[in-house]
Formats: sequence, C-alpha cells, structure tokens
Amino acid sequence: MKRQMLWIALFAAAWSMAASAETINAAGATFPAPIYQKWFEEFHKAHPDIQINYQAIGSGGGIRQLTEGTVDFGASDMPMTDEQLSKVTKFKVLHFPTVIGGIVPTYNLPSASSLKFSGATLAGIYLGTIKKWNDAALKTDNPGVNLPNEDITVVHRSDGSGTSFVFTDYLSKVSPEWKSKVGSNTSVNWPVGLGGKGNEGVAGLVKQTPNSIGYVELIYATQNKMEYGSIKNAAGNFVKADVSTVTDAAAGAAKEMPADFRVSITNAPGKTAYPISSFTWLLIPSNITDATKKKSITDFLQWMMTTGQADAPGLSYSPLPKQVVAKEQKQIALIK
Amino acid sequence: MATAAVTAPPQSRARKLIDFSRDGDRIAHLVTFLFAASVFLVTVFLVYELWIHSGPSRAKFGFSFLTGRTWDPVAEQFGALPFIYGTVLTSLIALLISVPLGVGAAIFLSELAPPQLSNACTFLVELLAAVPSVIFGLLAIFTLVPLMRQYVEPFLKHALGFLPLFQGPAFGVGYLTAGLILAIMTFPFIISISREALLAVPREQREAALALGATKWESTWQVVVPFARLGIIGSIFLALARALGETMAVTMVIGNDTGIHTSLLSPGYTIAAIIANEFTEATGDIYLSSLVELGLVLFALTMVLNGAAQLLIIATTGKGSKQP
Repeated sequence: MKRQMLWIALFAAAWSMAASAETINAAGATFPAPIYQKWFEEFHKAHPDIQINYQAIGSGGGIRQLTEGTVDFGASDMPMTDEQLSKVTKFKVLHFPTVIGGIVPTYNLPSASSLKFSGATLAGIYLGTIKKWNDAALKTDNPGVNLPNEDITVVHRSDGSGTSFVFTDYLSKVSPEWKSKVGSNTSVNWPVGLGGKGNEGVAGLVKQTPNSIGYVELIYATQNKMEYGSIKNAAGNFVKADVSTVTDAAAGAAKEMPADFRVSITNAPGKTAYPISSFTWLLIPSNITDATKKKSITDFLQWMMTTGQADAPGLSYSPLPKQVVAKEQKQIALIK
Repeated sequence: MATAAVTAPPQSRARKLIDFSRDGDRIAHLVTFLFAASVFLVTVFLVYELWIHSGPSRAKFGFSFLTGRTWDPVAEQFGALPFIYGTVLTSLIALLISVPLGVGAAIFLSELAPPQLSNACTFLVELLAAVPSVIFGLLAIFTLVPLMRQYVEPFLKHALGFLPLFQGPAFGVGYLTAGLILAIMTFPFIISISREALLAVPREQREAALALGATKWESTWQVVVPFARLGIIGSIFLALARALGETMAVTMVIGNDTGIHTSLLSPGYTIAAIIANEFTEATGDIYLSSLVELGLVLFALTMVLNGAAQLLIIATTGKGSKQP
C-alpha cells in the first residue's frame, strides 16, 4: 500500500514538472516549416519554460485549425481573405510576416542557359499560347541565345500550395488574360501542362523531360543546385532570385504596406526587386486570454523579428527588411 | 432472460452472471458479432460523414457534379467526370495487365513449379505486396517514366499510332504509366490469393482428371482452375479495390491533368490523387465539400464496380453449371 502511494506521488510530481513548461500549439504552412522548426527549437533553448509545437499541415489546414480554435496560432503562405476572417468570431487575426520566399522558373533546355523571362512571356507559356521555345516573345527576351524549335512541356504543381498561389498571383498581375481566364489560388484550373506533386515532383519532371519548364521555391532550387532563369521586374530589369533581391522586393513594397500586413509583394517596385516574391505569415489571435501564453507568444514574436532573422539566410530564406520589422513591432502591442 | 435477471434477488443474479460467463459459446458469439458489426458500423459512419460534409457541394451542383468536366478552384466550379474517367481507365489498364499475369503465375507456382522454387517465389511475392506505395511511386518516377518516354511510348506510337489510344506527345507520365504501376502493385495480391485458392483444390480432383486420361495442363486448366474460380475472382476484387483507391504512386506518374483524353499516353487524374493533392490547401466551403463529395463518388464507384463484378460471377457461374 505504501509503495503504491509512493508511485502515485512520483507520478504526480513528474506530471506537474512536465506541465510546468508552457506548451503552445501551432499549425500551418509547409514552405517556412524548416525555419519555424529551427526558431522554435532555439527559442526553447533560450526560454526552457516555453515549448512551441509546430505541425506543417499546409496553409489551408492552419487557417482552418485557427478558425476552429484548436491551435494557439496559425501560419500561412497567403494572407487570409475577408471571407475567411469573417468566420473567426472569437478574436481578430493579426498577420505577422516572418520571412520572404522567392519562386523561380526552372527549365531543362540542353542548348541554352541563363534564360530570361518577362512576365508576359511566362504567362503566355503557362496559358499555352507560347508553344515553342523559339517563339518570338522568348527570342525578344533572350537575344543571341540559341533557342530550339521544340515544343515547350509545361510543368506545374499538382498539390495545392502557397507556391502556386504566389506564382499565379504574379501571372495575374502581369497578364490580364491570365487574370480573366485562370486567376490565382493555391490550385487553379491550369490551361496546359503536367502536374508534379511538391517541389520534388515538379523538379523531377523538369529534370527528366527535355524542353520543359516548371517553377519551384528558391530554397529548393539552390539546395538542389538547379538552374533557374531571371524575371523582368516592374522596373524593367531582369533580376535573378537570391536572398537579397527577394528582400528588396519586400522593401520595395514596404512603402505601401497596409496596416494589417495582408499584402502581395509580387511584381514589387524597385530596381533590384525580384518580382515573384512573397511573405509568409504567422496568424496570431488579437485576444489571448491565458496571460502566460500571451507573454510567451509576444516574446517569441519580438525574438523572431530581431535575433531570429539572422537564421533566415542560412536556410535560404530572405530576412525581413528593417522598415517592415519596425511596423510589425508596433502590431505586437495590439495583442491583448 | 433479461426480465428474470432483473426480478431475481441479487445473489442469484450473480450466479446467473457466472453461469453466463462460463458459457463460452455465447461469449464467443457476442464478441465475434461485435467485431463483425464494427465493419458495418465503420462503413455506415464513413458514408454518413461523407454525406454530411459534402452537403454544400451537393446542394450547389446536384447531379451535374458527376458529369461536369471543369475543376476550377478559382471560380469554384467543380465537376467529377475527368477523375471518374481517370480512375476507371487506370484501374482497367491495371487489371488487363495484372490478371493474366497474376493468375498465370499462380497456376505455375501452385501446379507446375518444383516446391522449393514455388516457396521462394511466394515469399518474394508476399514481400512485394508489403512494399509501401510511395516506394513504387518513386521507382516509377525514376525508372518507369524515362523508360516509357524514351522507348515504350515512341514504339506504341509507331506501331499502333493509327489508333486514337496511342496518339499525342510522349511525356512518359499519363494513364498508361499509371495503369502499369498499378498493375505492378496489384499483381502480388492476385498471385498470392489465387495460389492459395489453387492449392486448396482437393487432390482427388486432379487425380480424377489424370485418371480419365487428361494431360497435366488439361487437368490444371479444365478442372483445377474452374474449381478455384471463386478464390481467383476474390483476388481480382482485392486487386481492383487497391487499384481504385491507390493514391501516392498514381499521383506521382499520372501527370495530374484535369482534362479527359482518349489517348492512353495523355496525362490524366484520378479521384484519390486529386483528394490527396488538394485537400490540405483547400479553402472555402464549396471547394472542401466538393473534395469530400469526390470521396463519396469514389465510394459509390467502388460499390458499383464490385456489384458489377459480382453479377458477372453469378452470370458465369450459372453458365458454368450448365456445362456437362
């Protein structure tokens, strides 16, 4: 009997110790998942009493779980729409940009390298109106490059993804025809092309299919040493994506940043801005009743915008420009 | 009995409980009944959930959902026909390849092969059946797709290009490749179960046929195989079920195109593949419930195809019994 009591006491003690670390649950976007995992781990090291669990279930799932109140905060590759926000009744959702990602066109063209694309050309290829590699539009973008008289095999993402959202959002901005015929979403009704599942699916199809073109995240392209093209930005320059040109896109868009940070930074102004760039957001409730949780989350946000940003380039994410960080820090005060 | 238990004094009630618990047959009956009922309950619950959550989509599109050919998440316009077509077509290709291959292999392994070879092969087949589908998908992407694009599809276009089934550019991905990978995934099931069914045919059947002067092949083909027919058909059902519901391997090689194409070389889509692809990022009620309704359609499709196959068996069995 005594022994039993002892066990119960021990168990209770262990339980209360485990519970003393504040556990925060979050879920959402897969694209920033590697850096979020790193951040949450480092933040836990610096603050051993706070443990943030992150499940990379996709932006749509993150928004759904936040709406239903099953997570403490969400994460998404696209800002929530007005319709989605109207469904969240218990609190307002605050958008906090965390890092910036770029999306690059990758291709398999044995005879040519360092290709350049203007937005209209890229839209034409994905609409199926530009069918051959030696089309006049591609020749104008790439003077002096030996473009073959071959059919273009178009590859897109088959799974719903923030990557497709940003890519189609860009095409909608540069091509009225794309906007009216296809539009932008995590998945769309693609006029032409093969669908590959995930970055690896698109990359696999492009690598294997001669004369093909696809789009992947910059991180994926750099980690796998894939060749990718440059894109003509709003200022008329062809810019190749890298950590700094993607940050420049955010800096270019910062001047007209709306107060709620729900903004698309594709086709951003600025001479060196890479046009297919996007923020990824944490979705934080404006009203956190649990005081310790509230402090943990605001502490994390503060840490993420300062110390945390230094981790971004190492993982090929672009850090936030200073102007954006300054605006976001003001928004932390809105969490009640 | 229940009323007697309630009115009886407590002591005898306990007595009855003990009596009851000693009655092993009853308990076994109850427990196994519960297990069997759980299958039924899970199925009913599944249909119920699919039915409830597909409400907005059913209300908006009605039966035109089944015939619609557009899948446009931006305009929220959804139709299931390309996916139904792709699912049925790929499963059909898979069965056309895997049934002759699987049944043939099963006949060899059970009737003709030396026992050591048969056991070794059966072991390998069972290993094959346990390989996760994503592995098959990766294998397909890296080996089958290039082979199809460079050799098989150009050959088919060259030899059979006059048929509309083999026209258009050879991407390497498409209905045919998906059907092939499904055939590879389903034929271990057919071999394994058909072989068991063939082995279960009584020895006397074979001996009788041989005694009547039949050759080994005649006895196998005309006596043993018909005897084991139900088991073999059961294995084909399982294969069909797997082919209809297979997700990962198919989506990796089918090309994920929401059109309807006659050519087997064209990229297409299946129901399971689009659900897996789009469910995580789907936003908006109509979009989500349309994906759920696709699940309902897949469920119904499986029922219809299984029912049709059952009818086919009844028809052929009836015919078979009339033979002398």
